Amino acid sequence: MINRLSLDYKQLPLVATISLFVLMFSFGSLRYTGFFSTQVFLNLFINNAFLIVIAVGMTFVIVSGGIDLSVGSVIALTSMVTASLTMEAQLSPFIVVPISLLVGTVLGVIQGALIHFYNLQPFIVTLAGMFLARGLSYMISVETIAIDHPFFNFMANSQIPVPGGNFISISVVIALIVVFIAMFVAHFTKFGRNVYAIGGSEQSAMLMGLPVARTKILIYTLSGFCASLAGLIFTFYMLSGYGLHANGMELDTIAAVVIGGTLLTGGAGYVAGSVVGVLILGIIQTIIVFEGTLSSWWTKIAIGALLLLFIVLQRVIVWRSEKKHANG
Amino acid sequence: MAQQLAKLEMKNIVKEFPGVKALSDVQLSLYPGEVHALMGENGAGKSTLIKVLTGVYSIDQGTVTLEGKQVSINSPLKAQELGISTVYQEVNLCSNLSVTENIFIGREIKKYGRLAWKEMNQHAEKLLERLQLNIDVTKLLSSYSVAIQQMVAIARALNVSAKILILDEPTSSLDRDEVQQLFAVMRQLKKDGLAIVFVSHFLDQIYEITDRLTVLRNGEWIGEYKTEAIDRMELVSKMIGKDLAELEAISSKTTDISQSDTLESMLQANEVGLNGKISPFDLELRKGEIYGLAGLLGSGRTEMARVLFGADKADKGKMTINGKDVHFTTPRSAILNKIGFCSENRKTEGIIPELTVRENMILAIQSVYGWFRYLSRAKQMKIAEEYIQLLNIRPANPEQLIKNLSGGNQQKVMLARWLVTNPDLLILDEPTRGIDIGAKTEIMKLMTHLSKENKSILFISSEIEEILRTCDRIAVLRDRKKVQEFDNDRELTQQDLMKEMAGGM
Amino acid sequence: MLKGMMKTKLFWPIIVLILILVINLFFDRSFFSIELRNGHLTGSLIDILNRGAPLILISIGMTLVIATKGIDLSVGSIIAMSGAIGAMTVADTASEGSGPLWMAIGLSLIICLVVGGWNGLLVSRVGVQPIVATLILMVAGRGIAQLITGGQITTVYYEPYSFIGGGYLLTLPFSVFIVAFVFLMAVLLTRKTALGLFIESVGSNADASRLAGINSKNIMLMVYMFSGLCAGVAGLILSSNVMSADGNNAGLWFELDAILAVVIGGTSLMGGRFYLMGTVIGALIIQSLTTTIYSIGVPAETNLVVKALVVLVVCLLQSAEFRRKVFGIGKVKPTGEQKGREGVTLS
Repeated sequence: MINRLSLDYKQLPLVATISLFVLMFSFGSLRYTGFFSTQVFLNLFINNAFLIVIAVGMTFVIVSGGIDLSVGSVIALTSMVTASLTMEAQLSPFIVVPISLLVGTVLGVIQGALIHFYNLQPFIVTLAGMFLARGLSYMISVETIAIDHPFFNFMANSQIPVPGGNFISISVVIALIVVFIAMFVAHFTKFGRNVYAIGGSEQSAMLMGLPVARTKILIYTLSGFCASLAGLIFTFYMLSGYGLHANGMELDTIAAVVIGGTLLTGGAGYVAGSVVGVLILGIIQTIIVFEGTLSSWWTKIAIGALLLLFIVLQRVIVWRSEKKHANG
Repeated sequence: MAQQLAKLEMKNIVKEFPGVKALSDVQLSLYPGEVHALMGENGAGKSTLIKVLTGVYSIDQGTVTLEGKQVSINSPLKAQELGISTVYQEVNLCSNLSVTENIFIGREIKKYGRLAWKEMNQHAEKLLERLQLNIDVTKLLSSYSVAIQQMVAIARALNVSAKILILDEPTSSLDRDEVQQLFAVMRQLKKDGLAIVFVSHFLDQIYEITDRLTVLRNGEWIGEYKTEAIDRMELVSKMIGKDLAELEAISSKTTDISQSDTLESMLQANEVGLNGKISPFDLELRKGEIYGLAGLLGSGRTEMARVLFGADKADKGKMTINGKDVHFTTPRSAILNKIGFCSENRKTEGIIPELTVRENMILAIQSVYGWFRYLSRAKQMKIAEEYIQLLNIRPANPEQLIKNLSGGNQQKVMLARWLVTNPDLLILDEPTRGIDIGAKTEIMKLMTHLSKENKSILFISSEIEEILRTCDRIAVLRDRKKVQEFDNDRELTQQDLMKEMAGGM
Repeated sequence: MLKGMMKTKLFWPIIVLILILVINLFFDRSFFSIELRNGHLTGSLIDILNRGAPLILISIGMTLVIATKGIDLSVGSIIAMSGAIGAMTVADTASEGSGPLWMAIGLSLIICLVVGGWNGLLVSRVGVQPIVATLILMVAGRGIAQLITGGQITTVYYEPYSFIGGGYLLTLPFSVFIVAFVFLMAVLLTRKTALGLFIESVGSNADASRLAGINSKNIMLMVYMFSGLCAGVAGLILSSNVMSADGNNAGLWFELDAILAVVIGGTSLMGGRFYLMGTVIGALIIQSLTTTIYSIGVPAETNLVVKALVVLVVCLLQSAEFRRKVFGIGKVKPTGEQKGREGVTLS
């Protein structure tokens, strides 16, 4: 207990992530007037609520040593299902919302089962899921379906005041609830710890008698559910369903999770880290907006550079721990 | 003691893999409060037997009785429920989790619907104290040494309220003090009435800690003995399958006195070593001699070979070949200096499973030539056919995928791969393991033939008789050290070698 | 024996390709007809070849990467980069000479080689998993492409540039010649030198290959460079075809189609044996699928659903577990490691 301050190597990426965020926020605050305000900080959450939710699901997948490429397409599919059921079938939101949430969940179950029972690579299975979900949303309609419904308008436009004259949206509340539940699940439930164990060594987990099959399927189910929930939030945000929604979002998500300190090889990572990862992506965009003259592609280049930084950092950590083992 | 009800009784156990009978009619009995050693060389069936006992494999025939009741152990989970826990050589825990978690995962303590970390941490500390270990249990397992990880694995096993604890080569990566610490724990557990199965290649340790032992060889049960009632020589002879009387007979048959003193030196190693793998050693190989490395598994014989070949980079010492200084950083540099190496792990380090016999054969010579000077198809076929005939490889089809060949034939293809390169030194690590008598004899004949052509051969084998029959000089390794070197003359017997291999006499 | 094997590997892909083409015949009687117009051969088949050229090219590169047990996710972004570099080099050129053309080609291809080499270094020297290593450029590469084009779709008015992707030679689209050339080069390099053997060896068992003296790191570096080069050529064709540079959308999702083409062509994602001809057929299948969906009149986007099903079926057929459960082949659990250790008896 004395050496609280001494860092485990595995926590180094998380510390790096948080420092990076603080650094970038300070940089923005010093450089631009109006940057250092609570609302700018809260806007990071408002604009990226959906990304936070999928990043949470993706964190579990990556910690377990897998990957889920289908999340972006699931957002599009969910938005289409929601929009067409609401506007074309004229169903009540009480029916629409559960059905929409089922979309990704069911896809997740199927993906998880394929990955586990047929020993297929997560990369390929979720790649198929990605094609499938986007194809299905186009089959519903190739056009944008705009949503005009009191419930959705309410969800989109309500502002929840927070102290200091600032506000957040309902989506932010949902996202934060998801984050807290996920943190609890990751650290205080058997399922959560099994995910880490599988990511550390699937073979060991098997030999230790852990329910590997159930856990793995549940992980992809969870990720699918999160993607659907994010799809709903995205629909609130955009007030429309469209097959091109969230194109390439899976890459942003993976990037956020990696920048958040989760090892892509699995076994280590924190839900909270992924949230900070999302905020870093958000702050890059905010800085670019404030700068005015910088163009949007700098976001991608910056994300790529950060990815490189964190992946190399991870390699160094692995090397050092291997070296320690060789000598120890 | 004999009247006591055995805690565990395994009878007539048979386990077959496709084409291989891994266990035939094996038995094992364990009593409460004993440490029972499982002895045998590579391929004896020890690890299969352990995997059967822990539910990783299911048995084809036989019965397992636990405390008088017949049980079927069909999964690792079931084994744990029955109180059978295993600590493997390679610690099979999740090093990315904390010490506490590794002890409790799968049977966590819950409180108010959430995992009770505080209780688990306290409990873990208590468990480890019983093992005389006082560490911060909230830290990651990977931040501790292998010895401590092993203790954690034992703590986990005990936490299942284990009745039977299997320790599969737990000492192979521990130093002397750590081993003593482990033994202290084992004695304590013994007193508590546990039955412990102990696997180790270190005979000293076997004699120090075990009460009884069971010997396996080639998947067969050889016998069960009280440790104090069987001496080292006899034990080693049981393990490698030669009766003492027979040993005497063979040893007197040793053939020609070698003239190796007059031979020209080929390779010289000066204090070459690698931290944690092989202690610094001196070695001189002469042209046209067969040099044997004798030693039990884990004695450092493979490590020595790998360092000589550059498969593992030596971190100290100097090597010369034909008087020229060399420093091998990769196998490639060794190959360019005309050295070849047949690994003992044919499947993982030898064959390229998806390629054909022909492609596997020409791989090494082609890598010497580089990718641009590609051997013509006709030349490849010629080489393949020549060696298929020379080594009598079956099926005699150069286009067969090597993964479809039997072990012996795969081994011959590996030999062919190196023979094609016409090496000055060929390192053969257990080339005769797992193959039939016919193929063995052919390989030995080939070695003799090569030495006549002035090639040097470094020969590693678990079968002392083979070494004695073919080698001109023999080094004995024990505990990762070269301990003795013999000229193989008329006086040298298997007993002399075994004495050195076993040590402590 | 070898011929027999090649046959079985190529058999199903060819059948599928023919099937797709024949289906078209029901909707368009003139589907197979090819006619000579203005000295150019035209027709649906030529069209498939021409439009499929970029995909075939990157699939060839991807085949070698996958044969080493790797994967290259960055090819789509490299396409965008190469197209952007090529087009921007000649964007302001008014002259009609061929100098700027060579300049554009040279510059793009050199940069693509470097970029591929970067991937290769990360994989072979730093030891990053291929998916992760190439993910970096998949994200950043597109940003760089947009940076080069300034985020605009820049139109090129320099006429010679259109020849790469839109020109004709001996009545055939020039891109077909490029594909044929790259394909032949790949076949020559891998089958007439030992490179193919080394690639398959490294992909099948990297440890054993190292012990046999193969410099597996250099082999890996090389295949990623080749993949980058192929993507570079594909990018030039695409940008020349539309006479513009589009950093945002050029080559979007091409990496996924290319992986699909390789897998359909019979090369396993687990590395080892590779089939360049199979890959070409796989890419043609994907291209004709797209064409077919257009010509049948189904919404083009259905393509994605069909692709998803194809990926699944192909992967399931490659999965040992699936074959065992469904067809009952190979009853024994393939626990290779244990079997290796217990290799007791006899030949």
